[in-house]
Amino acid sequence: MSATDVVVTGLGATTPLGGDVASTWDAMLAGRSGVKALTHEWAAQLPVRIAAELAVEPSEVLDRVRLRRLDRCEAIALIAAQQAWADAGLGTPAGEGTDPTGVDPERLAVSIGTGIGGIITLLAQDDILESSGPRRVSPFTVPMLMPNGPAAVVGLEFSARAGVHCVASACATGAEAIALGYDIIRSGRADVVLAGGTEAVIHPLPLAGFASMRAMSTRNDEPERASRPWDKARDGFVLGEGAAVLVLERAEHAAARGATVYARLAGAGITSDGYDIVQPHPEGAGFVRAVRKALAEAQLTGADIVHVNAHATSTPTGDMAEVAGLRTVIGEHPVLTATKSMTGHLLGAAGALESVATVLAVRDGVVPPTINLDDPEEGLLDVAAGKPRYQPIPAALNNSFGFGGHNVALIFTRP
Amino acid sequence: MSSREEIVAGLAAILEEVAGVNPADVSEEKSFTEDLDIDSLSMVEVVVAAEEKFGVKIPDDQVQNLKTVGDAVSYIVANA
Repeated sequence: MSATDVVVTGLGATTPLGGDVASTWDAMLAGRSGVKALTHEWAAQLPVRIAAELAVEPSEVLDRVRLRRLDRCEAIALIAAQQAWADAGLGTPAGEGTDPTGVDPERLAVSIGTGIGGIITLLAQDDILESSGPRRVSPFTVPMLMPNGPAAVVGLEFSARAGVHCVASACATGAEAIALGYDIIRSGRADVVLAGGTEAVIHPLPLAGFASMRAMSTRNDEPERASRPWDKARDGFVLGEGAAVLVLERAEHAAARGATVYARLAGAGITSDGYDIVQPHPEGAGFVRAVRKALAEAQLTGADIVHVNAHATSTPTGDMAEVAGLRTVIGEHPVLTATKSMTGHLLGAAGALESVATVLAVRDGVVPPTINLDDPEEGLLDVAAGKPRYQPIPAALNNSFGFGGHNVALIFTRP
Repeated sequence: MSSREEIVAGLAAILEEVAGVNPADVSEEKSFTEDLDIDSLSMVEVVVAAEEKFGVKIPDDQVQNLKTVGDAVSYIVANA
């Protein structure tokens, strides 16, 4: 163990598959889909009428008064962070540094991003502005819609005083927030970082916007079969909502307080394509460089990577470009999975939720399945199709890409 | 015109909705900030809701004078 090693000591999530990590992981291993038909009245006029909504509403967890001052993306970030904090055994929030089970608030940071932020609040308050005038706009509008809101709310909850950060890199956000947390610990600025992503934008405007890009599945009559990465019949991604937070901790700090370690975050690579605002580079050049950086930091080679939790969103162009890049940088041997086949695409939370899945895959020695892979593309690598694949996983890679040309690669290894 | 008691009850309902204050804790001598923990943003919500409920205008420069529930009741009685 070196002074700059970073380990994962806590996990939290609220997702379309479950209200916490245990229920989400059980559902993943069982190959359940969280995608359903949208029953809201507003959905009837949309070309896309399916989504992966939260399994457990925030109102079942947080009290009414607190909830009315939080955007949905803030509320679920808070719920995921509370779970992760408790899971890590960090004790009473704002515990002083003298508490051997806790963390000094001045050595606690937060890195929680969102791809889109509090637009449910923005749009609801705009409706009020139009219908009732400016005086009726809520005084909580700004703290609810600001993209740093989720990180700030979590920081307040745990009295984090080493910095509260919001990364925004579209669908790579959750992974990039974790990479930032890793850098914060390695550079000595904090001992513990609550790191992850949150997204809650199931609303007609983003659905219409993504649908106008022709990026979304319109398999409205078969919701559970709509998200089908690498399948020849895939026709776009399915929007999901949720939040996931990891407790990243300096390994020596974790050891000193006797924390249980899930996995080591052994390397992180961030690159940008410099190619197109929404199209991925056709050969995946940017993400290949990100994986190489992460491998170099982890002091591993492609041969060491047993499992890849791929970005694979179920779009016609992106899925196979990633496979081509993986073949180049990792090789023919890794066992892939696309958990978005079950969760839908959580945008800014995707990389965080998939990091949770990757960490648990390493810990439990199991690759969660990819569902709906009935007719795989030619040239696909080995995929845990239909059912989980049990095997030792000493090291695994989690990829995330985002509109804007963002690429993030995270490598988790056994502690 | 509502009685002072009715106005207190109306304010208590608003305070419960906006900030989760127990209506039993609301009485004329209570301070919004000191006793009922109403922060500045919540006070804005209380004022707007009270304007609608009681048909009064409460300009921003008057809000700072409304220290207690009783102050607000007196303002509403005088201006409704």
